This record gives sequence, structure tokens and C-alpha cells, in this order.
Amino acid sequence: MTGATVSTQSGVPTAGSGLMVRAEQVHKSFGSLEVLKGIDLEVRSGEVCCLLGPSGSGKSTFLRCINHLEKINAGRIWVDGDLIGYREHGGKLHELREKEVAAQRRSIGMVFQRFNLFPHMTVLQNIVEAPVLLGREKKSAARDRAAALLERVGLGDKLRSYPGQLSGGQQQRVAIARALAMQPKLMLFDEPTSALDPELVGEVLDVMKDLARDGMTMIVVTHEIGFAREVGDSLVFMDDGVVVESGNPREVIANPRHERTKAFLAKVL
Amino acid sequence: MSVDTETPERARPEPIQAVPVRHPGRWVAVAVIAVLTAMFVHLLVTNKAFNWAFMVDEMFRPPIIAGLRGTIALLVTSMLIGIVLGIALAIMRLSENPILRGVSWVYTWFFRAVPRLVLAILFGNLGILWARVEFGLPFDRQIGALFGIDNFEARLFGFSAVDILTGFVAGMLALGLSEAAYMAEIVRAGIQSVDEGQTEAAQALGLSRAHILRRIVLPQAMRVIVPPTGNETIAMLKDTSLVAFVPVSMELFFQLKAVGNRTFQVFPMLVAATLWYLVLTSVLLVGQYYLERHFSKGFGRSERARQRLRDIAAESGGNASGTAER
Ligand SMILES: Nc1ncnc2c1ncn2[C@@H]1O[C@H](COP(=O)(O)OP(=O)(O)OP(=O)(O)O)[C@@H](O)[C@H]1O
Ligand SMILES: [Mg+2]
Repeated sequence: MTGATVSTQSGVPTAGSGLMVRAEQVHKSFGSLEVLKGIDLEVRSGEVCCLLGPSGSGKSTFLRCINHLEKINAGRIWVDGDLIGYREHGGKLHELREKEVAAQRRSIGMVFQRFNLFPHMTVLQNIVEAPVLLGREKKSAARDRAAALLERVGLGDKLRSYPGQLSGGQQQRVAIARALAMQPKLMLFDEPTSALDPELVGEVLDVMKDLARDGMTMIVVTHEIGFAREVGDSLVFMDDGVVVESGNPREVIANPRHERTKAFLAKVL
Repeated sequence: MSVDTETPERARPEPIQAVPVRHPGRWVAVAVIAVLTAMFVHLLVTNKAFNWAFMVDEMFRPPIIAGLRGTIALLVTSMLIGIVLGIALAIMRLSENPILRGVSWVYTWFFRAVPRLVLAILFGNLGILWARVEFGLPFDRQIGALFGIDNFEARLFGFSAVDILTGFVAGMLALGLSEAAYMAEIVRAGIQSVDEGQTEAAQALGLSRAHILRRIVLPQAMRVIVPPTGNETIAMLKDTSLVAFVPVSMELFFQLKAVGNRTFQVFPMLVAATLWYLVLTSVLLVGQYYLERHFSKGFGRSERARQRLRDIAAESGGNASGTAER
């Protein structure tokens, strides 16, 4: 199951080298269906990487591999120098224990298409739950920081609301605040605005732009070409489980080299 | 030219004052029900077999109250065993460990197959299997024999099964263990009703599996678990009368029937039993109402509607909520 085939010891990134994410020949199959067919990707600290591609190309799957929600079949992923999901020992890979995987995930925030807020908790409880439960900080300190985070995403007055009482855009902003409460080094966004009414997209993108300006490293799966062009430092176009084309977003969008990229951009622009 | 077509403010039409639809059928139904009720009350009051004075007098006598206490104690303890063990069995059933899954399946299979009445009698007679129950090294005698030691025993403590496994404990175990099998299925359905995305979001935050279950999944599953558990509790209340076969006598129905048999007033005592069970069930229903309300926090329309009202009140109060929004 854990047959990681690639064993290039050469460029193992270490913390502080400026590389936040490094993926090498990532393969992932569901049964006989190969969804990722060797993805290579590098994201530097502070960069915003936009992931584009048609439906079913494996974008979500790749994102979920980065925080080990999916186990990869081959290849390696490092986040801030840590090999995700495994420990390399005596030339062999050993699966990490559940606790160790959880610890790795704490420094990686994730925002979902369908928000996935905890509906039985208030907005405030949603945000302080993980930091308090994991003993990161005292309840009062966590509350103060949660209030500040909510202020930052423009929801300072919604502390005591339940998610069901908020609009989609507000819910997604709470979800971003919840992820930020763990003080992650990296944020993963999986189509954060796709489930929103058009007039609510802007408020979520504004929060993300603000985050990018603050130097957060982000990988964003999105169909918002405008966002990619404006905020993205790099753009990766995926199709059918491979990276077809990547580069500076403005250049790739202006003159895509690959036929498949052209066809896709023609549809979404 | 077209002044009359573009009136900036059109007159508000007068409110509708229509004649509502008549429901003559309802009045007929009311009349029929009223007559039937009157007949029933007449029967209750005039028929001597009810013997109300006697019934009320006996209903609150010490042995009956002791039986009532026994019934409540049985209900509470057996439901506690059922719920706690049921949750454990459900978690085992949903775990990735095939051994745990198998054990849970076999347990549920067995205890759902055997009638509670049979279980009650069976547990009452378990003392036949072992006179004493002792805890220690398993197969100690056999191990001792292996090393050539006769009668080697490594036991920590023990108790007399005949003393413990009769009466209340046997009844409690029979009912509780059987209940656990049903509760396991209810809890499993509840856990599976919670959206997969909840677990994923919690995992992404770095929470452990135990945390996720306790703080995220189970509280949401409760919404689905509580109503059928209320059903189970009420069914259990009535099944407590089965422990008479263990035999346990400190139980409501047994006590009432004993009075009936002794005084040859069987019917009033049956009515008394009916009334007591009605009272207990009503109390349980009240409890269920509050539990359901507690676990539906954040769900449902009432919450949303209340918030809307608050928002509207705030807005009409001259508060420019548009700015607070962003
Ligand atoms: N858990 C799973 N089991 C089986 N197949 C899966 C699973 N998850 C994803 N797939 C399949 O993997 C392929 C890629 O899915 P993925 O969700 O990564 O695509 P995507 O690029 O995110 O598409 P979209 O834009 O629609 O979100 C799809 O064909 C999908 O059916
Ligand atoms: Mg997707």
C-alpha cells in the first residue's frame, strides 16, 4: 500500500529553505481509477498558488493529499520540510501514527467548498474548539483571539450566532477564521466560493486577498480567473491527473501554450 | 398624454375579507366524540367493578411505592447499561478493526435474537453454571498442570454468583445487555447520519479521532439518536415487568398484582397499573422533549426565525446594520 517508488534523496527540502510545499511524483488511485498520475509542485513561503482545471481532473484529491486526508500511493509530499504521512527510516517508509498525522495537520489550514462548520456550535465555539481542546491556549485567550479573527474577516458581531443563521459568504469567512485560529503555516482552499451566490463571492475573495497580502502561503483551487490573475504568484493547470502547464498566472492566462489550457480558459473566461 | 398610466404611488387595495371555508364534518366528529366520551365516563363512574375508592387507597401503599421504586431503579440502570454499551458497540461496529467489528456484530446478533423474557429467566438461573465467579489468571489450573503443579490457582477476588446473580442484578443485566444491542443500531444510524464533511473538517484542524467523536460527531448524532431512544426507554419501562420471571418481586406490576390476588380485587389493580405506567411515561416524555430541544441547538427553523426577528427588530430600531455586516 505504501509503496513509495520515488526515492530521490537529492532535494529533500529543509525548513527555512523558502519552500513551503514540495510535491514529487504524487500518484493516487481509487481502486483501479488513477486520479493523480505524477504531480510535481513547488510553492515557496508566502506564495499564492492557484490550481485550475476541469472537473474531475484531481484538484481536490491533490489538495487532500497535502494534509493526508487521502493516502498517496507513490511519491512524496513535504510541507515546511516535513514529509507528510510518513517517516523515512533506514531507507524505508513507515506510516505515521494517527497522533503524528494530526500534529502535522495542525499547521495546515483547510477551507472546504461546503464550509463544513460545526452546526451545533456557535461561531465562537467553532473557532476556539480546536485550539482549546488541543491545549494550545487558555479559553479566555482563545476567545479574545477568535474575536479578533472574526473582526478581521468582518464578522465581529456574529460571535454568538449559529452557522445556520449565517449566509453562505459569512459561513465561509467563519470557516477561514476557524482555520486561521490554529495559526497554520499553509492554507489550502478547495473552491471556497463555488457554493456561493454570485453577490457573496466578493466578500470571501476579499478576505483571501487580505490574507495573501499578509504573506500567508496559500494553495487555492478556484475557477475565479480574476483572483488568480490579481493575487496569484503562480498558476498550475491540471487535467486528467497531470500538471499540463504552470507559470506566472498573468502570462498563462494571457497566452496559454497548451491546447487543453486554451480550451479550458476559453470556457471559464 | 399618458399621465394616468404612470401613477408613482398606486392606491393600496383593501384587505381581503373572504368568507372562510366551512367544515361541517368537524362538528359531526365533535358530537360523536362527545357522546362516546360521556358513555365512557358513565361506565367509569357507575360500574362497581372499578372500585375507585379501594384502588386509590391501595395505589400509594408502601409495598406498591417500593415496587415503583424498584421499577424506576431497573429502568434507569438497565437503560444506562444499554446506552453506554450501545455507544461502545456502535463505535466498534464502525471501526476499521475487523475484530472489533466482528465482536460487535455477534453481540448484536445474539441479544436481538433471544427474547427478553427468556433472557430474564436465563440470567436468573446463571448461578447454576458457576457457584462462584472469580477473577484472575485465565486457565490457571490448566497452566499449573502444565508445570506439574496440582490445584494451582491465581485468583484476585471473587464473589458468590448465587448471591449476586439473583434478583435485581440478574434482571438489570438481562434487560440492559439486551437493550445495548438495540441501542447499538440506533447509535450507529445516528453516527452515520452526520455529514462526512464534519469529520474531515475536524481532521483538518488536527483533532484526534476520540475528540472528533466526542465533540463533533456524537453531539450531532444525538439529534437522530434521542427520539428512538425515547421509544426504547418507554418500551423498557414496560419490559421491567418481565423481571418477575427472574424472579424479582420488588417491581411495580408484581406488587400491584399481588395486592389484586390477595384481595380478590384484580381489576382495580390492573387499572392502577395502567395509571402508574401512564404517569411514568408522561414524565419520560417531558424529559425527552427537553433533551430533543437541547440537542437541536443550531439546527432547524425556529433558531433561524428567531434570529431574523432580532435582525428585523434591530434594523427598524434605526440601526444601520449594513455597515456592521461587512
Ligand atoms: N473517495 C473517492 N473514491 C473514488 N473516486 C474518487 C474519490 N474521490 C474522488 N474520486 C474521483 O477522482 C476524480 C477526481 O476527483 P476530484 O474531486 O479530485 O476532482 P476535481 O478536480 O476536484 O473536480 P471538481 O472541479 O469537480 O471538484 C473524479 O473522477 C472522482 O470521481
Ligand atoms: Mg473538487
